[in-house]
Amino acid sequence: MQTNLLDIHARLQALLPVGELQTQRADLAFLDVPPSLLRATLLQLRDREGFTHLVLLTAVDWIEQEQFQLTYLVCNRSARLDLGLRVRIPREPASMESIHELWPTAATYQRELREMFGIDFPGSPRLDEDFILEGWTATPPYRRDFDTLKYAEETYAERPGRVTYDPAAHMQQQLYPGER
Amino acid sequence: MSFDWIKIPQALLTVFVVFNFGLLLNALIAKIAARVGRRQGIPIWQNYVDLIKNIGQRSLITHGVHFYLGPVFRLTGGVGLLLFVPTIYGSEMFSNLSFAGDLILALYFVFFGTLGMALGAAESGHPYSAIGVSRGLSQVTAAELPFALAVFAVALQYQTLSVTDIVAAQQGGILHWTLFTNPLAVAAAMLSFLGSMMRPPFDVVLAPQEIPIGPPTEYHSSYLALLQTNRAIFPIAKIVIYMNLFFGGAASWPVFALKVFLIYMVSVFVGVVFPRFRVEQSIRWFLIWAVPLGVLAILWV
Amino acid sequence: MKEELQKRVVKGPDGVEFEVEPLRDYYCEALPQVERPAYAQIIEDLFNWARSESIWILGFGTGCGAIEMRPLMTPRFDAYRYGIQWRPTPRQANLFVISGYLSVKTLKRVIRSYEQMQNPKYVVGLGSCTINGGMYFDSYNTIKRLDQYLPVDLYITGCMPRPEALLAGFLDLKKLIRAGKADGANHYAENFAWYKANQKQVIQDWDMPDYNW
Repeated sequence: MQTNLLDIHARLQALLPVGELQTQRADLAFLDVPPSLLRATLLQLRDREGFTHLVLLTAVDWIEQEQFQLTYLVCNRSARLDLGLRVRIPREPASMESIHELWPTAATYQRELREMFGIDFPGSPRLDEDFILEGWTATPPYRRDFDTLKYAEETYAERPGRVTYDPAAHMQQQLYPGER
Repeated sequence: MSFDWIKIPQALLTVFVVFNFGLLLNALIAKIAARVGRRQGIPIWQNYVDLIKNIGQRSLITHGVHFYLGPVFRLTGGVGLLLFVPTIYGSEMFSNLSFAGDLILALYFVFFGTLGMALGAAESGHPYSAIGVSRGLSQVTAAELPFALAVFAVALQYQTLSVTDIVAAQQGGILHWTLFTNPLAVAAAMLSFLGSMMRPPFDVVLAPQEIPIGPPTEYHSSYLALLQTNRAIFPIAKIVIYMNLFFGGAASWPVFALKVFLIYMVSVFVGVVFPRFRVEQSIRWFLIWAVPLGVLAILWV
Repeated sequence: MKEELQKRVVKGPDGVEFEVEPLRDYYCEALPQVERPAYAQIIEDLFNWARSESIWILGFGTGCGAIEMRPLMTPRFDAYRYGIQWRPTPRQANLFVISGYLSVKTLKRVIRSYEQMQNPKYVVGLGSCTINGGMYFDSYNTIKRLDQYLPVDLYITGCMPRPEALLAGFLDLKKLIRAGKADGANHYAENFAWYKANQKQVIQDWDMPDYNW
């Protein structure tokens, strides 16, 4: 029997009140899940549906809605299916249940999210250790209210005389001088 | 017995000649390797420039007394080895400080440098040095076994412990060489020779890729210059022993240069053909292949 | 400050307790010294010639430019014929090629490695990133001017420079060294406080001694 994502979604919906399936490809789809049901959904997918591989865990900053979206991408190796679970959590205070017991690798992703977005995952191992940045004190840099350019200008010494050209106009000037 | 004082400057002259020869030979071999890879390669005088540069470094730091002594011991190993074996057979001038029992002393000096390096590298406190030295000691010990067996076989065969006498017994044609009178001993010794030349498959001590250059990791400036000097002298000195024991010695400098070059190329050829052994593999290899050959060589005599 | 660098009381294997202050006990506090050239000009000239003909590069790649160094070892470019070779340890290297963008985290390692190199030592900045930030001018994590943090002898422009540009740069560096103008190590020692202040300004968690000789 060839499993497909629609069947899996139907079986999942019979058990849990998860959202609609948004299919991107035959082997890739996304699904909205409330934060409280994430663990149950993941467990069901991992243990019953064969999604044994956590591909990635990442975040998107929806600053206008004051929310973070966490995306848990899981993979069913034997059926070659990918399913993404989207979880919306409030931006302040940003906190989410840790899933490091389900997949130990998740701890690393959670450390990264903690550092780059400032999302807390209580109970996740080594969460507060430095991950990529060392000794970062400002706003977490992937948050959209962090002004990268301003920070770079304030922090790092600049060499005067740097000019920025519009690439299209500059190349036209270079290649076809005189033409308008 | 009176001591001929003129022997000392003569022996130093030998060291000087061998030192220059070694620097050029190392560069030549690097050059040949480069040409095989279709590169131009280093200039032939590059080793001299490196040496001057390292001596000319303005600052140097120390990690303690043994750190100083490491390169000194290492160089002593090379120079001592050279001083106590006759370099050119039949030449009063280049017979150095050889004496009746010099074979035993030579065996000792072959090992001496590595031990000295162990002291220095341990003092430097760098983990890569420690790894390199522990690998080096175990590998050299394993490689030394067949060599020692071969040397005993040769000593038994000629009933003498004097290198000069062994060379003398091999004169009178190529068939008188130990290579033909006792091939088993030569085979065992040549296998051991591969192990002590720091070339693949036995270069895990320096391991340029995984543990950056092993024991000399912390050595720099003048220390490194000393080690480079030794790198020029020691292989030649070791080859001189091999040449004297197994390949009939050399009666003149051109013959010396040719034989040393050919013996050196043995390890180079083996090195480009075979990939690197890990330490336990190389020890096992020595114990399984080289040591029985050495034992057989002794039984053969 | 990392925990293993904190001052603490340690119980030895023989049961005796003693106090350890890693920064003082494990590292040397001496600051870099200005090392005078040899007394005789002719000897200094000889040394400068040897230094220029025997450039040992530290095998440390910081950015995408590290990939441009590898072709120099290949038959096509063959930097060895100019006496250039790569050394795996800072102790034996003379030239530090900062090959591209330098994040703050790497800068820390670069400073440590640079300070472990022996005088005289040279720094070459490779690519736009080391000059004015290049395409990383607005990055939150990369420095934009290398000469604020280390004394740079030579910049090679480009994004990335081709291996030919690197070779040309090395040949220019040789001229500088032979003329005795590449004296970055002494410049670093003379302006040590200024460099250190700049470095500490961007490296927030300074968890090493001020000078890692």
